[in-house]
Amino acid sequence: MDSESSRSVDDALTRLKSLPGGLLPILHAIQDELGYVPPDAVPTIAKALNLSRAEVHGVVSFYHHFRTEKPGRHVLEVCRAEACQSMGADKLAAQIRERLGVDFHETTADGNLTLQPVYCLGNCACAPSVMLDGEPHGRMTAERLEALIASVGASR
Amino acid sequence: MSVKVYVPRDSSALSLGAEGVARAIGAEAARRGDSVTIVRNGSRGMMWLEPLVEVETPSGRIGYGSIATADVASLFDAGFLEGKAHPKSIGKVDSHPYLARQERLCFARMGVIDPLSYDDYAALGGWRGLRNAIAMKRSDAVAAVTTSGLRGRGGAAFPTGIKWKTVLETAADQKYIVCNADEGDSGTFSDRMTMEGDPFVLIEGMAIAGVATGATKGYIYVRSEYPHAERGLLAAIAIANERGALGADVLGSGQRFDLEVRRGAGAYICGEETSLLESLEGKRGMVRYKPPVPAISGLFGKPTVVNNVITFASLPIIFDRGAEFYRDYGMGRSRGTLPIQLTGNIKHGGLVEKAFGIPLRELLYDYGGGSASGRPIRAVQVGGPLGAFLPESQFDTPLDYEAFASIGAMVGHGGIVVFDDTVDMAKMARYAMEFCAIESCGKCTPCRIGSTRGVETIDKIIAGRDVGADVAVLESLCDTMLHGSLCALGGMTPFPVLSALKHFPEDFGLDRDGLAVAA
Ligand SMILES: Cc1cc2nc3c(=O)[nH]c(=O)nc-3n(C[C@H](O)[C@H](O)[C@H](O)COP(=O)(O)O)c2cc1C
Ligand code: SF4
Ligand code: FES
Ligand code: FES
Repeated sequence: MDSESSRSVDDALTRLKSLPGGLLPILHAIQDELGYVPPDAVPTIAKALNLSRAEVHGVVSFYHHFRTEKPGRHVLEVCRAEACQSMGADKLAAQIRERLGVDFHETTADGNLTLQPVYCLGNCACAPSVMLDGEPHGRMTAERLEALIASVGASR
Repeated sequence: MSVKVYVPRDSSALSLGAEGVARAIGAEAARRGDSVTIVRNGSRGMMWLEPLVEVETPSGRIGYGSIATADVASLFDAGFLEGKAHPKSIGKVDSHPYLARQERLCFARMGVIDPLSYDDYAALGGWRGLRNAIAMKRSDAVAAVTTSGLRGRGGAAFPTGIKWKTVLETAADQKYIVCNADEGDSGTFSDRMTMEGDPFVLIEGMAIAGVATGATKGYIYVRSEYPHAERGLLAAIAIANERGALGADVLGSGQRFDLEVRRGAGAYICGEETSLLESLEGKRGMVRYKPPVPAISGLFGKPTVVNNVITFASLPIIFDRGAEFYRDYGMGRSRGTLPIQLTGNIKHGGLVEKAFGIPLRELLYDYGGGSASGRPIRAVQVGGPLGAFLPESQFDTPLDYEAFASIGAMVGHGGIVVFDDTVDMAKMARYAMEFCAIESCGKCTPCRIGSTRGVETIDKIIAGRDVGADVAVLESLCDTMLHGSLCALGGMTPFPVLSALKHFPEDFGLDRDGLAVAA
């Protein structure tokens, strides 16, 4: 880990390690800060919480939200669930993959955008939906999507 | 005098550009020298009209629907600050037929008030229920919940009063109230709307639970897909603490109740209550064996009430207006009202709160206006990814837990997903199995392995080489999952799969009698 990452991890641990059941809040704090949970952080976290490395690793890998690789500068989550499917989400997903030249869980070659599937954003009356850097966007069309991708700069 | 203009901050409104609209209205007003106060309310739940801008006038709140930033100048030109006509005007919002015909008990304030105004909340009936609960004996308060007939709105429809009674009567040095705000079902957003648009009603409901059962600490487990809801809750909790509705001395009762928000991490199974508790304890969300039930040994081994957001949000009105008032709505053993969510391929998608008993058809056509595409509605899925697919012939089923159960379906959390006649039901069945495979916690074999086998088998059926034999394999797999799974993820995934097969056999290469069509 670089020094910035170590500082974030130490910081999260200092603030949250005495919280009952605090492992998820700690992992969230780290990912909020760094965009992912660096695998090197696992031993440090395990030691601070008196857990085994396997236990911490098990938690990180159980949850879809936690990433162990640094994402692109922006993260685009595309809803794959039923209500969005009923409004053409599959076609939209295909268009996005084609446009970005990546599959789900991948980052564009220029490091700008990471593409992720998500199972419902609670925006099912405005389907299909996506979320860009934590902001929801509904009634997506190919055009709206293009504008959205353009709004965060080149991605390919 | 400054004119009040409402622009929703609900995620759905934001997803359609509400933030830009609010900014444009502020800028345009400044440019013209008009004095406006912009209130960021929740959504009224008429999602096809979002962003819905409202203006307060002497004759009531006038709405302008589907507003884009490009419409803002023309709104000012038309005199919208006085509620004047404009092509996008929908007239008096409260008189809109979509809203006027609803029975909004739980959602009474939704879209009406500023979600973070403690005083607006109080002015529209807030905190009265909690005051009444404080004045009651604990056992009487719990009995009132039973009398109201309230059943859990998270999906399983378990009587809330019975759960509370167990927690009340289990002696312990610490008890917990846990709010399940994981809302993982596709086609649902009533929890999200509540947290974003009227968070105090959830806080009040949880405080009532604390006071009634003797629990001093509550957790709200919010899914990570809801960042706006999380921020809204944190802000509302801070205000409630400051104003004394939470904390060491809840509304002067001498009782403590503290609330903490915890964020989920994208696992559907963590909506299952025991998996949620594991997650709150900082572990993987593996489902626990029951017994013991959480009401006896829940979070950190202590007696714990786990309820859904809407279950909690239904309590303030029950304690304000009385258990009988609430119980008098509904049909059969489904008492009260349900915030129903109309979603997917539907023209007028949104939130409809109605007493139990309303037929599905009325929701789909009278409220929903039919499909968004204008094509015939072919199938609807009610109750999330574990709910059955219903064909047209079942649209007269009333929304009632027992009526749905009798046709092998489920009301669940009240989400309705609509599909038009372009849907491929074999693909939907495959998706149901795939979702189970992705989200399985892995504790039991029928779910973990069965779902993966299920996907493979449906692929074979779609390929169409030996449909008859493969359908038999699928049916037997479903049977194993139904009977051999520890929780409802594995145990109910067969419902969407088998209902698709039963009602839409032609999509699987079968004829109407379920026999393979000769190639
Ligand atoms: C796979 C699975 C997912 C669930 N997801 C949720 C959920 O997202 N929200 C919820 O409130 N209940 C969910 N439940 C139901 C909970 O286990 C539990 O019954 C509920 O939280 C109890 O609260 P209630 O009685 O107020 O409904 C789920 C159950 C299962 C089996
Ligand atoms: S049915 Fe599936 S999700 Fe439920 S306990 Fe078993 S493996 Fe876990
Ligand atoms: S099962 Fe671990 S991330 Fe999907
Ligand atoms: S199904 Fe896509 S937002 Fe709910």
